[in-house]
Amino acid sequence: MHSKINIILAGVGGQGILTIAAVLDTAALDNNLNVKQSEVHGMSQRGGAVQSHVRISDKPIYSDLIPQGKADMIISVEPMELLRYLPFLKKDGYLITDSNPFENIKDYPELETLYNEIKSHKNHILIDAMKIAKDLGNSKATNIVLLGAASSLIPLSDESFQKAIATLFERKGERIVAKNLEAYLKGKEIAAELVS
Amino acid sequence: MKKLLLGNEALAQGAIDAGLSGVYAYPGTPSTEITEYIQKSKIAQELKIHSSWSVNEKTAMEAALGMSYAGKKSMVVMKHVGLNVAADVFMNMSVSGINGGLVVVVADDPSMHSSQNEQDSRYYGKFAMIPILEPSNQQECYDITKYAFELSEELGLPVLIRMVTRLSHSRAGVITGKRMAQNTVQLPKISTQFQLIPMHARGRYQHLVDIQPDMLEISENSAFNIFYQGANKTIGIIASGIAYNYLMENFEDGNCPFPVLKISQYPLPKEPIKVLFDTCEKILVLEDGYPFIEEAISDFLGENRKIIGRLSGNIPRVGELNPDNIANALGFDIVINENLPKVVMGRPPQLCVGCGHNDLFNAINALKNESATQQVFGDIGCSALGVLSPYESINTLIEMGSSITMAKGASDAGIHPAIAVIGDSTFTHSGMTGLLDAIIENTPITVIISDNSAIAMTGAQDSAASGRLISICKGLGMEEDHLKVITPLHKNLQENIDVIREEINYKGVSVIIAQRPCVQLPKEKKDKLKEYTNVSIN
Repeated sequence: MHSKINIILAGVGGQGILTIAAVLDTAALDNNLNVKQSEVHGMSQRGGAVQSHVRISDKPIYSDLIPQGKADMIISVEPMELLRYLPFLKKDGYLITDSNPFENIKDYPELETLYNEIKSHKNHILIDAMKIAKDLGNSKATNIVLLGAASSLIPLSDESFQKAIATLFERKGERIVAKNLEAYLKGKEIAAELVS
Repeated sequence: MKKLLLGNEALAQGAIDAGLSGVYAYPGTPSTEITEYIQKSKIAQELKIHSSWSVNEKTAMEAALGMSYAGKKSMVVMKHVGLNVAADVFMNMSVSGINGGLVVVVADDPSMHSSQNEQDSRYYGKFAMIPILEPSNQQECYDITKYAFELSEELGLPVLIRMVTRLSHSRAGVITGKRMAQNTVQLPKISTQFQLIPMHARGRYQHLVDIQPDMLEISENSAFNIFYQGANKTIGIIASGIAYNYLMENFEDGNCPFPVLKISQYPLPKEPIKVLFDTCEKILVLEDGYPFIEEAISDFLGENRKIIGRLSGNIPRVGELNPDNIANALGFDIVINENLPKVVMGRPPQLCVGCGHNDLFNAINALKNESATQQVFGDIGCSALGVLSPYESINTLIEMGSSITMAKGASDAGIHPAIAVIGDSTFTHSGMTGLLDAIIENTPITVIISDNSAIAMTGAQDSAASGRLISICKGLGMEEDHLKVITPLHKNLQENIDVIREEINYKGVSVIIAQRPCVQLPKEKKDKLKEYTNVSIN
């Protein structure tokens, strides 16, 4: 099977998109696939819009950046940030996002307008990932809930995702590993319900 | 086994494996992670590789040269504008040459993601007449760095590695090789080599000029400059560094029908460029940054339209390359299904919640209402965010250290109040000497050092100013009566306004240190800072 996927991760500095990227990278390497993953450091990190391009393929990957119109999906921790990268989305590509706004600007748009824009896309998963994470007792795992929600659309095995989460959170102890695995599975479950 | 590394990390590992003995650097996006990787590396610690931060890029480069003088391999790392600070030693150490291998790493920032310009360091490399290496991917970051140390010792010259943001901050699998031994101390064989008095410098400079043909030959035979044949000669493509990846992205499985010269080593290899020029109808030059190659090989009078790129307008003159603007230049269609929805608003960077700069700007803004002539001269770092809404407190922002000296010049011209706002690390980087200028003339300016005890913008690295600001200011000759310490907290707003107003009204130089630790600092560091924040000025 030819495995190839272009994913854009979006959010605001500090929302944990690099953790999603790290799980994807680790899982892809575990599957002996090539990875390129660009990220933002420096000035824009401070409360500004941040993005990461993750490219996974069984063939050599040239560009660190995804060309416009070539992203298979956008995973976002914030609804307006999701829409910022729409020019990168390919036809009928997937939008996966948390519904909670991060309002640190004066002219933040009406939420309903944002939701309507997202819902006008055939393939979207709009969930309150933050609430799901809180209900599981770990509000910091919002990002992992979203990754779980996207996971079945990514050509990497469920086992490799779980292994990657366990590896990356190992340092923080067993309890945190378990909480994040739970968040991942819950995201996966909810997305399955939405998509079916 | 492949390790997943940022371009910066691959470069750092390459330096460790090349037998590095010391890295010297001042943090600056996008270069910071190179030094941080070495600081955290267990092997680097075992090998006792020096990796503490330097006060600025000039002191860093001079220390690297000192280590090279002693015979060991050293590296100095900075962002592109940092090379301006270090330009004095940079230009002169190409004349003296080096002893132990010395590699200068400069990370450029095309598109100015975190910078005030997009200057292209290749011009500096050419100016200093030294070899330049420009990796195109993470594996090359590793391989080229190891090679750079060999090349440096072979030629007896410093070697410049030019990075760009997108390579510095992108990860990919990298295969590492064996580690070379570090050098032992060995003083230079020629005693006059590093004595650049004119009579010796003339000889050294002649030598630098004389070895240029050797550098060209090495570059023409370099494994990093590759000529790929292509059947379609309607266009020949020169792609340097990361541009090569963006080019190949446009062809299924990288099957480009056109001849391509991939350049990752300079001086520009003449021979393959000549072949491309003679056999192709047009030459398209793809390079991130300035049109360095395009300009070098173009016809000055513009009568020969064979060469296209940024200067001809086929690629935008400013901003970074990407697969799309290269597709455009090749005449390929880009299918964009959706435009950016109007509902999406800009989200510029901002100060963290609980940041002390916030409360300082509030105090400064209160005084703005009292004096219509107030001008605030800002500086590089997180405090630069005072330019933006909601503060809009700062009138100028040019480069490291310029707040104090610009305030001085404006004051000399008759501006009052002239306030300088500078971070603690920026102050020790290059604000101290400017303060001395103001102290010598007792120029009526108010210098506010916003001291968060960190190099905050780049990730809260240790600041050379921590615990030393009061003694530095006193040492420079500041009068104790006009050296004040305040704590920028909301509850102190009125008190802080009063202190600043009083110093503005003093017709001489004042320094106000606004002390509050960066919220990004770990708790242990904040606790340690308490030890000195309570020290009184007297």
